[in-house]
Amino acid sequence: MGDTADSSVPDPGALPGPVLFYNEVVIDHFMNPRNVGQLADADTDGFGLVGDPSCGDQMKLWIAVQDGRIASIAFKSFGCPGAIATSSMLTALAQGKTIEDARQITDDDVIEALGGIPEKKRHCSLLGVCALQAAIEDWERRRP
Amino acid sequence: MIYLDHNATTPLHPRALEAMLPFLRERWGNPSSPYRFGSQARQAVEHARAHIADRMGCAPEELVFCSSGTESDNLALRGVAGALRSRGDHIVTSAIEHHAVLTTCEALEREGFRVTRVPVTADGVVDLDLLAASLCDETILVSVMHANNETGVIQPLEHIAAVTRKRGIVLHTDAVQSAGKLPRRVAELGADLVTLSGHKLHGPKGAAALYVRQGTPLTPITTGGAQEHGVRAGTENVAGVVGFAVAVALAFEDADAEGARLGALRDRLECEVASAVPGVRINGRAAARIPNTSSLSFQDIDGESIVLGLDLQGICVSTGSACSTGDPEPSHVLRAMGLTPRDAQGTIRLSLGRETGEGDIDATVRALTGTVARLRQISSVSRMTDGGPPGGQQG
Repeated sequence: MGDTADSSVPDPGALPGPVLFYNEVVIDHFMNPRNVGQLADADTDGFGLVGDPSCGDQMKLWIAVQDGRIASIAFKSFGCPGAIATSSMLTALAQGKTIEDARQITDDDVIEALGGIPEKKRHCSLLGVCALQAAIEDWERRRP
Repeated sequence: MIYLDHNATTPLHPRALEAMLPFLRERWGNPSSPYRFGSQARQAVEHARAHIADRMGCAPEELVFCSSGTESDNLALRGVAGALRSRGDHIVTSAIEHHAVLTTCEALEREGFRVTRVPVTADGVVDLDLLAASLCDETILVSVMHANNETGVIQPLEHIAAVTRKRGIVLHTDAVQSAGKLPRRVAELGADLVTLSGHKLHGPKGAAALYVRQGTPLTPITTGGAQEHGVRAGTENVAGVVGFAVAVALAFEDADAEGARLGALRDRLECEVASAVPGVRINGRAAARIPNTSSLSFQDIDGESIVLGLDLQGICVSTGSACSTGDPEPSHVLRAMGLTPRDAQGTIRLSLGRETGEGDIDATVRALTGTVARLRQISSVSRMTDGGPPGGQQG
């Protein structure tokens, strides 16, 4: 036994940072989610509502489309920090994109943009992607 | 940091730590060794046992030291099941037990035992009539916790004991959440087996005990040396049980006063939250509860989000739901009390302790009020901000 401290033992005074298993980008999107709210009926070109029956999470997403692009986007979300952060990042990614490009956004894109999320929270990112797909389908149905 | 998760674990009392240190530094002998250096450790273990027995109102030889509340629960359930298998194959427990009991019951079911899980009332109290009705000639064991870890609701142990004693059925209770919080002695609970844990009452982790009333049939679940009267083989955690004994002594020194203090703080917390935040449910409020625990369900938002929101403000609380541990099922305790999955999902548990003061409560209420309001702004099911009818769903 040596008398120097084992460097592999974590400093007991330091809390793992920033919080739990979420990185700073995820925490930022949880604390300051982008595009929270809802669009007025008159401004809404597409609406999507999806739920995750496995954990009870739910998301609503509104889009306004101008010249084939997502001009405004808004969401509301019931769920864990992972659900809120991935929903927020999804809307940030979709904002301003053409409908064709927005349709291509995957759950992996959302996770990558967040710099990763814990494995057991990966399913959260599907919620936003599905809500966006549903809103785009709704927009297509509404088109004259 | 404001720590309000004392039902998960508590800080080690400085006097417990002090008493432990000599056994980690100089007196590290094995209690079973045949020389004086070993006897020194043996004496420390037996002194600790006598000390705890005195406070708990039992005989020293009725205490079996082990490593955790979970191990103690396992020893009780598997030990009785093994000893009485020839007499019967039926075990009765409640729907709100800790996983240490519920998962062990599932394992015993796979070994051929039949298990009845008795439901609870909306306030989280085990239904006594249903429990009595579930007993049959083959029932060998009833296991019902004393105070629930999520809600703090105290179970009617004395009434259960009256029934089991009459029928000659062994009664086990997991009392890790009530020991030291209620000025009660183990023997008064009426149970034959009682689970106790050190780190829930400001003792060290890794030190726990099972009270075994004299004459209770119990088969060992670990085999090896003759430690702990042959019931639990393995070298004793000398420093751990020494610290455990000091913590028990300290808890019993002022259990009445500390209980009253914590109860007043808890009631203040609940009162302030209920008046500052709409759409909150206090779980088990109408039942008798241990004084330090509060289970709060907030409509329309997720408990894990509340926990993270508070963590970011330096406040430690836990979810009432097991979802945070990766289990998508909302708390079995709250579901058993009739909460919808969504309301169970919006639940947090605050559990106060020795170092909690009024300032901590006020700061927590402020932070909680802000966090809940913020999450409801984001929520897609919000009945609170959309002005929808309670119980209805918007959209």
